Amino acid sequence: MAFINISSPHVQRPTKTADIMRLVIIATIPGLIAMTFFFGWGTLINTLLAIVVALACEAACIKLRKRPVMFFLKDHSAMLTAILLALALPPFAPWWVTVTAVFVAIVLAKQLYGGLGQNPFNPAMVGYALVLISFPVEMTRWTSPFELSGNAWNVLGFSDTLQVIFLGWSETIQTLAHIDSYSGATPLDTLKHRNGLTTEEIWQSSTVMANVGAWYAVSLCYFVGGIFLIYRKIFTWHAPITLLVTLALISSLFFAIDPDSYADPLIHLTTGATMLGAFFIVTDPVSSATSNKGKIIFAAGIAILVYCVRTWGNYPDAMAFAVMLMNLCAPFIDQYTQPRSYGHKQAKKGSYNPEKQS
Amino acid sequence: MSVEYKELTLNGLWKNNPAIVQLLGLCPLLAVTASVVNALSLGIASILVLIGSNFAVSLFRSFIPKAVRLPIYVMIIAALVTSIELAMQALTYELYLILGIFIPLIVTNCIIMGRAEAFAAKNSVAASLYDGFIMGLGFTIVLVLLGAIREILGAGTLFADMHLLFGEIANNWKIVIFDDYVGFLFAILPPGAFVGLGLLIALKNLIDQSNANRKAHMQVINITELEPLPSGNNSKPLDLT
Repeated sequence: MAFINISSPHVQRPTKTADIMRLVIIATIPGLIAMTFFFGWGTLINTLLAIVVALACEAACIKLRKRPVMFFLKDHSAMLTAILLALALPPFAPWWVTVTAVFVAIVLAKQLYGGLGQNPFNPAMVGYALVLISFPVEMTRWTSPFELSGNAWNVLGFSDTLQVIFLGWSETIQTLAHIDSYSGATPLDTLKHRNGLTTEEIWQSSTVMANVGAWYAVSLCYFVGGIFLIYRKIFTWHAPITLLVTLALISSLFFAIDPDSYADPLIHLTTGATMLGAFFIVTDPVSSATSNKGKIIFAAGIAILVYCVRTWGNYPDAMAFAVMLMNLCAPFIDQYTQPRSYGHKQAKKGSYNPEKQS
Repeated sequence: MSVEYKELTLNGLWKNNPAIVQLLGLCPLLAVTASVVNALSLGIASILVLIGSNFAVSLFRSFIPKAVRLPIYVMIIAALVTSIELAMQALTYELYLILGIFIPLIVTNCIIMGRAEAFAAKNSVAASLYDGFIMGLGFTIVLVLLGAIREILGAGTLFADMHLLFGEIANNWKIVIFDDYVGFLFAILPPGAFVGLGLLIALKNLIDQSNANRKAHMQVINITELEPLPSGNNSKPLDLT
């Protein structure tokens, strides 16, 4: 006969930063596998390179700041930044793009502000935005998903990919004569530069749109990872769900008004950085708004900005810019969404002051 | 007298550097420092205006009524800037086109107004002339440093296009630091200027701090050497903290 022998103060161990970071890293693995499966070895190589550079930069900065190196390295936050950054970069980004992005993310955006917890901007997005505006050619070099474009998956083998990343694009492409082309636009690119075609015509004519299934699959993997994190209570549902719902609402509205010149909501939700951003970037506990109401405003703002830039701006996708702009607003949002603490009155709002009137 | 000039030099170049300590004139500083030649030419133009305005303001300082001094300073500075602009249009036309709006905007450069108000209005002509020159030089040094950093990072070259400023002899001054450089647009765009200036300020503070530390350390050594231990209590050393 078994007795339940746990007595009352059910004290739990506080969750450590390292545990949270480790869980988030685990949650990115499905997305990483999907990216590697559809777009080749590039993402995996970039991820490894980014992790090495991130840990080296982090260690050097902590050493210079005279803090305990191993203690801070073990919180895995630099590794997570590196992984998110590598997932956002194009699979065949040259090594120096990855190194620059990671260096900027860790040194400029994080350590110069005082390390983890002090950074006003999401480090991964700062690194990404910086290389995006600095190296437009390299940063727009996406590939068609191998698996679905009819080629065998290993059209660009592991060593070929290494060559492309470390030796350069134009040098390598001549030695690989069996490949006709392996760079291609992303769906958002295609819908942006439509050459006068309507949305429906693009869907019918473009080879990129024929392969859109790969993007759906990658997004689904991020979605699964994100749901796992919500289930494990790493973050609440507020920010990611608000972002997705707002983006869906705006894009549905415009698609309903004029389906010929606006992309459909499904494209907005499942391609580009939407899912990665919604579950892994917007939920950053440091640089986003804190209260639940604040998170909703924060995420809605990001969704609106993303839609505006995607539709009317110069860039096909805008998760990094939108997140950084809303990072700037986060302290302001926090100030106006402070929840009422238990036992206290509702905060006074505006010029209305009930105490004076009574 | 010589001590005063030494003080002025130290102030203008380091202790009170207009660009990295007073943070004045940030608009041209951030906008035109994408290359050394731009930075240097704007720096020279600023030096000339500063010398001229300090000279004129100091010369007429007893005739300028206090109540309307600022409009008068602005008129003096604007007249000088207009002449510089016309001179650049005549001598270095391409450079004039590149620098564009930032030459007339020297009028609004706070350094010039600041030195007129804070120094030239109260000091002798000679001292004001020197102050204008050294403050302008301090500004120009920072401009050129930032320009060099941004040009090296952004384009991989140094001293490119110097012939715009110096004529034929500067045709092959260009130094290519990295062959085959893809270019780092961030360094040339305005955010690069902000980050670069931030790093320069940090560097200056770092040098100041280590100097202060060394000085404090020297003082501690001096005290221990000068003050003998109290007699009769040899076992206990002086507690300096």
